[in-house]
Amino acid sequence: MEFLVGHYNYWVVVFLMMLGFYVVISRTHMVKVLVGLSVFQTSVFIFYISLGKIRGGTAPILIDGPAVYSNPLTSVLILTAIVVSIATTALGLALVVRINEAYGTVDEEEIDAIERADEAAVLEAR
Amino acid sequence: MTAHLPVLQVVIPLMAAAVCAALRPARVAWAFAVLVSWTVFVIAVLLLREVLAGGTISYEIGGWAAPWGIEYRIDVVNAFVLLIVSTVGAVVLPYAGDSVEREIRRDQIPLFYTAFLLCLTGLLGITITGDVFNVFVFLEISSLSTYTLVAMGRERGALTAAFRYLVMGSVGATFIVIGIGLLYSVTGTLNMVDLGLRLSELTATRTVPVAFAFLTVGISLKLALFPLHLWLPNAYAYAPSAATAFIAATATKVAVYMLLRFFFTVFGATFSFDTMQLGFVLLPLALVAIFSMSLVAIFQVNVKRMLAYSSLAQIGYITLGISIGTVTGLTAGILHLFNHAMMKAALFMALGCVIYRVGSIRIEAFHGLGKRMPLTMAAFVVAGLSLVGVPLTVGFISKWYLILAVLEQGWWPVAALVLFTSLMALVYIWRVVEAAYFHPSPTDEVAAAVREAPLSLLIPTWILVVVNVYFGVDATLTVEVAGRAAEALLGVPR
Repeated sequence: MEFLVGHYNYWVVVFLMMLGFYVVISRTHMVKVLVGLSVFQTSVFIFYISLGKIRGGTAPILIDGPAVYSNPLTSVLILTAIVVSIATTALGLALVVRINEAYGTVDEEEIDAIERADEAAVLEAR
Repeated sequence: MTAHLPVLQVVIPLMAAAVCAALRPARVAWAFAVLVSWTVFVIAVLLLREVLAGGTISYEIGGWAAPWGIEYRIDVVNAFVLLIVSTVGAVVLPYAGDSVEREIRRDQIPLFYTAFLLCLTGLLGITITGDVFNVFVFLEISSLSTYTLVAMGRERGALTAAFRYLVMGSVGATFIVIGIGLLYSVTGTLNMVDLGLRLSELTATRTVPVAFAFLTVGISLKLALFPLHLWLPNAYAYAPSAATAFIAATATKVAVYMLLRFFFTVFGATFSFDTMQLGFVLLPLALVAIFSMSLVAIFQVNVKRMLAYSSLAQIGYITLGISIGTVTGLTAGILHLFNHAMMKAALFMALGCVIYRVGSIRIEAFHGLGKRMPLTMAAFVVAGLSLVGVPLTVGFISKWYLILAVLEQGWWPVAALVLFTSLMALVYIWRVVEAAYFHPSPTDEVAAAVREAPLSLLIPTWILVVVNVYFGVDATLTVEVAGRAAEALLGVPR
């Protein structure tokens, strides 16, 4: 029980990670894939921040006397990773908009069908 | 000034990318990008010379001492990879000038060069840094710009190819971050050398093998190691020619470098190969990649996609060398990094010439090109022979060392497979040669108008072809550097 409750953050991380990854693998709608990817990446953010947190720890500032403080580095790293994640999502969504303009759909299976039809038409024309 | 070369290597293209986005017209942006790529190339040459003469360079970013600050650490291994990346950049960018005008919308051209320079920055950054989180940041800089470069292709398939690459690439990068986080949680450091020291003192923790697994899978995705290669063929096939030539020659090579760095410097050869039995994981995957991807390449109608599958097989050769885990094996792998970069860039650039004049790279489009575009096709044939591994080309040198390394272990069947797959490479290169030289050209007006590609495309292509032959005849320099790099990775004293 102590193990379950004591690692509460990590259970959340594992759950979100699996959930996000499953969505990425199983969905064919491109926006849903990006949602899954974001959830997957967010789980890693929580993982990093949990690593640096100490229960009862203060902010890492200079105060008189010894103090227990949380590690600020993991949070700083994750600030960078959040920026990266935003850029990835933005680029992904921009591509989805362009794909919708070019194909009239954002479903991977429908796009595959269109591509196959295109290929067949090229072979037909020879 | 020279003391700051390591940071200039990365900062110059990074700053230049921002400037490039504001430059108009396209030709000015191009000239600027070329200038930057040549500067970067000169810096890489200087760095390699300094490392070969004086040993490892350590540079502290902002004057913060390692392991707290970010350290740029250059030894023979990454000095060599820096040289590969910057050479390809310096040759492909002059070529891009004319090639890109035919393939990309005019108003997007300055942005193409911006993305190109950012990609160059990212790849150089991954290679030069000695900090594992810094690796992730540069990895994402290079990946995001690569997705953009791929999406700029002229067919709509480029968009879906870029999207699929983005999804798989981000999953790979996230796996790498998880691995780095786990390593940080047990060691409290992000500096590679420091990590290596602290991990060697750790005994029996479950976290380190898990981190190892996450990093291996994540990097293998970036590396397009079979069976994580699905994003690669379409991304290469649909990207603009100049972008394909650059990415095919550098992106996967830098991923291989990351693999080497993590396996040997961070985890250490003993942990990777003895505790985790890495050889037994990589070897079968490499062999399957070599065989199945060569087979798939034979049946491709689109020549660009054919070369993409061939790249996957070549990555298999590199991984095979690494999986052996001996000095000769690693030498062969690192040697093939350089050699494959040179031959694949030359091949894709020759294809770019064909696209420039003919507009298609399906196999029928090559009919009669042997007569109409003799210099382009000659470049294709020489680089193709290098891919097959014919003596007097760099391909032969790689195959020679690879087979030496395999025979050292007494693995006869593997050596036979390497030779057999070289013949398969001959088959798929021959299909193009047959179409170009032994089929009469179509008689319509469009085909009659096809002339030799302009010199601005031919000269860069031929520079790489000459490199292919030069280092095939006199491989002393490349073999020496690759050998020293392998010894440095395995910690063998000279």
